[in-house]
Amino acid sequence: MKWVPLGLVRYTFCLGGLSVFFFLLCILTGPFLMLYYVPDVNRAYSDVMDIMQVVPFGAFVRNVHRWSACLMVLCVPLHMLRVFLQAAYKPPRQLNWLVGITLLILTYLLCFTGYMLPWDQEAYWGATIGATMAENTPILGAKGPFSVLPSDKDIHYIMLGGTVLDQPTLSRFFFAHCIAIPGALAGLMGFHFYNIHRAGGMSGPL
Amino acid sequence: MIEKVIEEEVPTTEENKERLRLLTVVRGETLRNRDIYERPPRYELFFPNFVMKELCVGLAFLIIIFTWAYYKDAPLYELSNPAETPSHIKAAWYFVGLQELLAYFDPYLAGVIIPSLILGGLYLVPFLDPDPVKGIGRFAFKERKFAIGCFLGGYVMWYALLLVGMFFRGTYWSFYWPWEDQSVVKATEVALWSFPLPAGIAFLVCYGLLMLLLPAVIFQDFFFRVGLIRYFITFNLFAAMCFVPIKVLLRNGFHVKYVLVTPWFNI
Repeated sequence: MKWVPLGLVRYTFCLGGLSVFFFLLCILTGPFLMLYYVPDVNRAYSDVMDIMQVVPFGAFVRNVHRWSACLMVLCVPLHMLRVFLQAAYKPPRQLNWLVGITLLILTYLLCFTGYMLPWDQEAYWGATIGATMAENTPILGAKGPFSVLPSDKDIHYIMLGGTVLDQPTLSRFFFAHCIAIPGALAGLMGFHFYNIHRAGGMSGPL
Repeated sequence: MIEKVIEEEVPTTEENKERLRLLTVVRGETLRNRDIYERPPRYELFFPNFVMKELCVGLAFLIIIFTWAYYKDAPLYELSNPAETPSHIKAAWYFVGLQELLAYFDPYLAGVIIPSLILGGLYLVPFLDPDPVKGIGRFAFKERKFAIGCFLGGYVMWYALLLVGMFFRGTYWSFYWPWEDQSVVKATEVALWSFPLPAGIAFLVCYGLLMLLLPAVIFQDFFFRVGLIRYFITFNLFAAMCFVPIKVLLRNGFHVKYVLVTPWFNI
């Protein structure tokens, strides 16, 4: 039987729980979008258009997916802020802080890859900004300072699957958004919760 | 049975009296000893009590999201066109802070070095904080002035950049005040100048030395408590963080393009 401090649910303490909740909403709505979406550069945009205009409840499901993702990417840093302000990263919870930062990174990556999938102007040029940054990575990027790799072997090429945004980019962003990152996120989330238990419960009047 | 327990095990403190008074309204058989003794004061069960409260908050947000999703469609712009760069590109809102940094720094700094420093600094937080117990589980602003000041400073800066990028940047990333019309394309910016190489090196060396030495001299207790390695890492990160608003100031106030220009990289 697990006891937690009474009065733990205050407006500051729900942020972690809410992040999970928004993640679950995305996990629940995502597969329904996958039923109608094909990650093909010639189809992706019209598929999203279909979801918005033809598929019954498609627009609603996509909206829920999009807005809960927005709220998740808002909640996760706020949760981190709460944890920092209450010094919950101090022993015995250091490991959980590290896992938490990894979850933060994964959340941002999840949003970045998902933003790309509709293949509209905003997605294409938004991803181009990200790709430009990757291209300018010191040492590992072809255009960055002290670059050692040619433009067909650098980190930008690995990220896009080519030198420009095209079908390989969409395919690997689709894979990352639907399988790799959610899987890693779910696994690490489990570890995050297990660590709370292992470290002797939530910080609070322990 | 209850009376027996009182005599044998429970010291008659004020708190226990309070609890035993409550016990009298509960029928004997449904009450288990565990509820009286193992439950720490001011604690509740994780399941179902705590989880249920979290679910209530979740339910409230479910209603909000469903209402929001019903009335407001997720954006979908025109089909991507690699041949046509729009004059008004904005990254997803949570990355606009980084895009705003692009206005002040080269892409390798704004997109790679600065985010890496932020994330590296965040990973190092538990190891840089020298105090293992102070303020756990409560908002101890007065006892952790430096830690909380740094963290809040960085946090606020991230979102300030984000808001500026979101609401104050228009066509070709020009700055617009809220009362200015964003559809009017602004004239190209004023000519920018860079520090000559020796001045740039001198500026950065002086800045680094100042940020690394001054705190140690002024707060000697702090320096000895933290230790050299922690101190060195902490204030390098701190100096990097403070460099961002300094560069913003130099650019907007004095039209400085780069502080340091080398053949390989510019800062």
